[in-house]
Formats: sequence, structure tokens, C-alpha cells
Amino acid sequence: MAKQIETFVRLPDRNPPSSTIGFISWLRQNLFSSVTNTLTTILFCYLFYLYIPPFIEWAIINANISGSDRSVCDANKAGACWTFIKVRLDQILFGLYFASNPEQTWRPILALSIFTIILIPLVMENIPFKKWLLLFMLFIYPLIFIVLVYGGFFGIPVSNTTQWGGFLLTFALAFVGIVLALPLGILLALGRRSEMAIIKALSVTYIEFWRGTPLITILFMASVMLPLFFPSGVEFDKVVRAMIGITLFQSAYTAEAVRGGLQAIDRGQTEASMALGMGYWRRNVLVVLPQALKISIPSIVNTFIALFKDTSLVSIIGLLDLLNMSQTASRSLDWNGYDIEGYLFAGFIFWIFCYGMSSYSQKLERKLDTDRRAE
Amino acid sequence: MINTKIPFYRDPRFRSLIVQILVLALVSYGLLFIYQTTVSNLVERGIQTSVSFFDDVAPFKIGFSPFLEFDLGKTTYIEVFYIGILNTLLIGALGIAASTIVGFFIGIIRLSPNWLASKCALIYIEVFRNVPLLLQIMFWNFAVFLATLPPPKKSIELGFIYLNSRGLHTPKPFVDDLTNFNIWMFILFIGLCFCFWINKRSKKQFEQTGKRNSIGLYNLVGFIIFAILSYFALGSPLGFDLPVLGKFNFKGGGQLPLPLFSLWFALTIYTSAFIAENVRAGITSVSKGQIEAARSIGLTRTQMINMIIIPQAMRVIIPPTISQFLNLTKNSSLAVAVGYEEIVAVWAGISLNQTGQALIIIAMTIIVYECMSLFTSFILNAYNRKMQIVER
Repeated sequence: MAKQIETFVRLPDRNPPSSTIGFISWLRQNLFSSVTNTLTTILFCYLFYLYIPPFIEWAIINANISGSDRSVCDANKAGACWTFIKVRLDQILFGLYFASNPEQTWRPILALSIFTIILIPLVMENIPFKKWLLLFMLFIYPLIFIVLVYGGFFGIPVSNTTQWGGFLLTFALAFVGIVLALPLGILLALGRRSEMAIIKALSVTYIEFWRGTPLITILFMASVMLPLFFPSGVEFDKVVRAMIGITLFQSAYTAEAVRGGLQAIDRGQTEASMALGMGYWRRNVLVVLPQALKISIPSIVNTFIALFKDTSLVSIIGLLDLLNMSQTASRSLDWNGYDIEGYLFAGFIFWIFCYGMSSYSQKLERKLDTDRRAE
Repeated sequence: MINTKIPFYRDPRFRSLIVQILVLALVSYGLLFIYQTTVSNLVERGIQTSVSFFDDVAPFKIGFSPFLEFDLGKTTYIEVFYIGILNTLLIGALGIAASTIVGFFIGIIRLSPNWLASKCALIYIEVFRNVPLLLQIMFWNFAVFLATLPPPKKSIELGFIYLNSRGLHTPKPFVDDLTNFNIWMFILFIGLCFCFWINKRSKKQFEQTGKRNSIGLYNLVGFIIFAILSYFALGSPLGFDLPVLGKFNFKGGGQLPLPLFSLWFALTIYTSAFIAENVRAGITSVSKGQIEAARSIGLTRTQMINMIIIPQAMRVIIPPTISQFLNLTKNSSLAVAVGYEEIVAVWAGISLNQTGQALIIIAMTIIVYECMSLFTSFILNAYNRKMQIVER
């Protein structure tokens, strides 16, 4: 009995219909799928045609970057005056002290480079010793920053905080805000969820008080009233006052971000650690907070973005931060009239940092989201 | 036998009591210390903290006070305070209205099937919410509007609205005939109640019988026609004051000085980016199953949008948007930078410098903002409570 055995022959996959792949079909689906869609595409192309070429012409093609004074820009008004940014760059980035002492500029550059070198592995995935890097960043790096930028040690000349400015000041304000506000915020968040009525009430009052007031009022308060709060011998300069105001303000927002994380942790975790006989602090530090902080990183980063943008408000109380420095530089006699370039440059720097942070926090949010779904 | 009685110092209730008393004592001591040093510092500097300066005449000029009459040499400090609050509320209301419209518009474009449109909306959102608001306000005011807007003689015209380097000039409604105006308002109120009643009845009928009558549209059109007819029947009780070009600038009409206009513009753009993101998140949060279910029971596209998507999306959109409204009002304090006369500028700024009464002035400013914040969270809580029980 010979039975023919049919062997299974796998046919090669057929290609998808040519109308659904490739650039043409992408265009058809995304830009010309219906009459309204086509009209929208045409409208947007027309708007691009109206605004994009003149802007590129102004910002790039006709722009001035050569020379070292305004005569080049005055001769060619059709383009942007990036010469202004080039000449005043050290001032806009590092402030007046380092701009007038160019031989000292290595200090802020080194400080910011160390920050970047620690930050890169911190935001990457699958890097060992992240915990230690983070602790280094929070506790050792501020000391390095003070030694390098403020000076006074190892024969490095002192640059007073009153002379800090530009991006360096913006960075210092934001960094101090986040580093000091984090522990305060964690304590407040724990306090707000505490079962002790008085501690809860105090935490809620503190948090809601700072969250209800705009930062500018707090900065006014810090610059006008802070000296009144301390005995007459104690003096702070303007920058330190702003730092105190920003820290108090930021701690309330950090507390709310951490509280969100605490609320997301299952009560079973607390109960289990109680059953193991852990006390309040051991329970929170070893079990609850590590999980809660991990979840709340995206919201903490979001409050940090808001803080980074808000540091620009110190220019209203007269500090020369990145915004105020670019503005002051563009209003000086040498460069009067080129303020649009100053604003664009400062805005661009702010944008890079804020956009980078928000992309990072969104990425993290998505990652944490899938982590939870997989459980 | 083991002694099972817990010693009192290990009793959690006792411990929590001690901790609370200690913390309370520490905080009270801190506040008392600050209070005492402040008082002694003030005495040392010869500043007497009192509210007697409220009735003193303010020695500076406020250019913009559309609600209260400002009179240099007569207006007192406390009236300056009121003017500041009213101006803050004005920019808040203007900003909320405009940023809601722009924000919903951009948020919907963000979800458009058209790739170009959606990406443009994305760029709008990412650019404007990642640049400090203060920078945006200054950019629009100093670098764009002050530098490029034409002088009054060459104003940009949009119907009866004029834009020039002094600001925005609009027609301003005023009451021509008070009795007829009141009658008109009363008639409109009755008409509105009637419309609501009809709407409610048709909704009830729909829920009972499932038959939908498109009474809503007729209702609206009918009301508008009714309002216009009664307006003319009562001899136009409401007039419009149009801006007229004078020798140097426009006179009459509603005037928004340039700082207010730039502030409004910047606040609208900044806040609308956040609202657009809320709108996008809200609409995408409606699960796909809902849309598929709506299609499978044969709802039309309009019905699906009106009855399935919008109600569910709104529940997600509204709470964060209300917080954005509060943020906008708090952010309006940045007006200091361009010189619009709201509360921080005229009260915590000029008045404080003139009188030196830092304690009272800052405290009053903070209280104003705290009230707004409390009011907002009151509304939010009420909304959340109302929205909680919607499951049938």
C-alpha cells in the first residue's frame, strides 16, 4: 500500500499590496485621505511657505556672525545678529565675574562638565552603581560646585554670589532648589500621610500655603522680609535669599509629587513590614519610600522642569540670571536694539533643558507603566 | 510567667502624643522667635507696623483701572489694593477665556488624522510649554509688539478693533437706557429659563422613549432671534462706544494698553499649550472599546462624539484644566515685568516701596492668592464629587 506522503512546503510570504506600503501610500493615508485632509495639508503647506523661508533667511542665510562689534550687524539689517551672542557668550553663560576674569572661566566649565559626566550614566539604563552615583550627585557634588565656583579653598580666588550670573546662576538656583527641597519634600509627604493629627495638619498647612502663592510673591517676601526674620547680625545676600525662597516653594511641590508615589504603594507593603516588627522609620526608609520614590520620579522631574523655568523670575528681583543677563546685554549701549537675538538664545537654552527633561520623564513614565502592566 | 504588659514608653499612643507635642512646641517656638525678631527689627528700623497708611493718599499714578476711578491726589492706598485685585481678576478672566478656546483648538488639531497638522500642534505644545513664561512675556512685549506694531495713525484694523503700539482698542458696551435695559435683561432671563425647561423636558423624553428630537439647535437659534428682536423692540437699550482716532491715540471704547495685551497674548499661548495637552490626554483616555461599542449599536458619528466621547473625555480634561486656570491667574503676577498694574505690581511693588510696610502688604497679597487657590480647590472638589456617582 503505497500512500503518497504529502510534505508540507512553506510558501514564501507574499508582499503586502503595493498600495499599502511605501512613501506614496503613507502620503495618501496621512495627508490626502479625504477632501478635508487634503485641504488641511494644502493650508499648512501654504502657511509654511509664508513663514518658514523668511525665518530661515533671517536666522541663517543672512545672519551675521563675523566681527566683534555692532558695525557688522548695523551694515546688514536683513539677518540676525549672532555676533552679539558670540561676543557676549561668556557673560550670558557664566556671569559678570567670569566674563571679566577670563582666566577663571575653567572653573564653571569644569563644574558643569563634572555634572554632565555624572548625569549621563544616571539617566541611562542598565548602569551599575546608580545608587552611589545619585548619592554622590546629591551630597558630594554640591561641595565640588562650591569649591570650584565660589572658590576660597586651595588658593582659588573667591567669586561672590552677588557676582554670579547667566546660565551658571540659573543652574545653581535650580540645583539648590531640587537638592534641598527633596529631603524636605519627602518629610512633608510622610507628614501629610501621618496618622498623627497635629503633624498632618502642620504638613497640609505648609504645603497648601506655598502652593497657593505665586513664586514671585515668595521671592519678594524673601528679598524684603527675610532680613527682618533674623537677628540683625545675620545677613544673607540676594542670591542666598532667592535660594531660600525657591527651596521653601519647591519643597511643597516635591511633597505633592512624593505623596502621589506613596499613595500608589499598596497598603499591604506597610502591613507586611509592620508584621515583621519594623518601626516607623525602618518601614518607610527600607520598604515604602524606595518603591514610592521610584514611581514618583516622573512627577518629581516635572516639578523640576517647572522650577527650572521659574528660576527666571529672579530677574524681577534684580538677579542677573540667564534671562536677565541676555536682556541686560542686549540693552547695553554696544548692542542696543538686538534684544530679539538675546531672547531667542536664552529661550533656546531653556528649551533644550526643559524639553530634554520632559522627554526623559515621559520615557520613564512609559517604562514604569509597562512594568506595572507586566505584573 | 512572661509579663505581657507593654511599658508605657513603648506604647504607640503615648509615643505619638509625645512626638506631636514636641513638634508643635518646636514649630511654635520657631514662629515665636521669628515674630519677636521681626518686631524688634522693625522697632530698630523705626518702622511702625500699622494699617493707618490705608487711608493715606497714594502718591503715584495708575494708568489702567477700568472698574474703579483712579484720581491722582485722591485715591488712597486701600483703593490701590482694590484696583490691583480687580486688574488681576480682569487678566485672569481674559486669559482663561482665550486660553480655553486656543487650547481646545490646538488639542483637537493634535489628534487630527492629518500628519502635518498633528505635528504642527505637537511643535506648538512642546515649544511654548518648555520656555519660561517670563521670557515669553518679555519677548512678545519688548522684542515683537513694541518693536513692530505701527503707531496709532497706521493701526491694524479688524472691523471695529484697532491694534497699534499703544495697545488694543475695542468697542465697549454701555447702558443707554437703564429701565429698558433692565427690562431686556429680565426678559432674557425668563427666555433662558424657558429654554432650559424645554431642554430638560426633551432630555427626559429621550431617556424614557429613546426618541431623539433635535430641539437643542432650534432652542438656541430661537433664543438668539428672540434676544435680537426684543433688543430692537425696546429701542436698543445697550449702546456701543467705538474707539475714535484722536490726535495722538484712539479715544473712547475699551482700551487694553500694550502691557496688558502682551501679557494676555503670552499667558494665552503658554497656558493653551498645557490645556491642549490635557485635551489630547482626555480624548485618548476614552477606551477604544467604548467607540467600538458605540459603532456596533449603530450610533452615528455625531451621536458617538456627543454622547460617548465628550462626556467621558470631559471628566478627564476638566480637573487639570481648572488647575491650569489657577496657574494662569497666579502667573499673571509676572505682569510686573512689563508694567501692567495688577496686585503684585501696584501693591507688593510700588506701594511697598512707598510705605515700607512689608509685613502687612506681603501678607495681604498672599491672602488674596490663597483665597483664589482655596476657591479653585473648592470648585474642583465640588466637581469631583458630582462626577463620582455617574455609574448607573
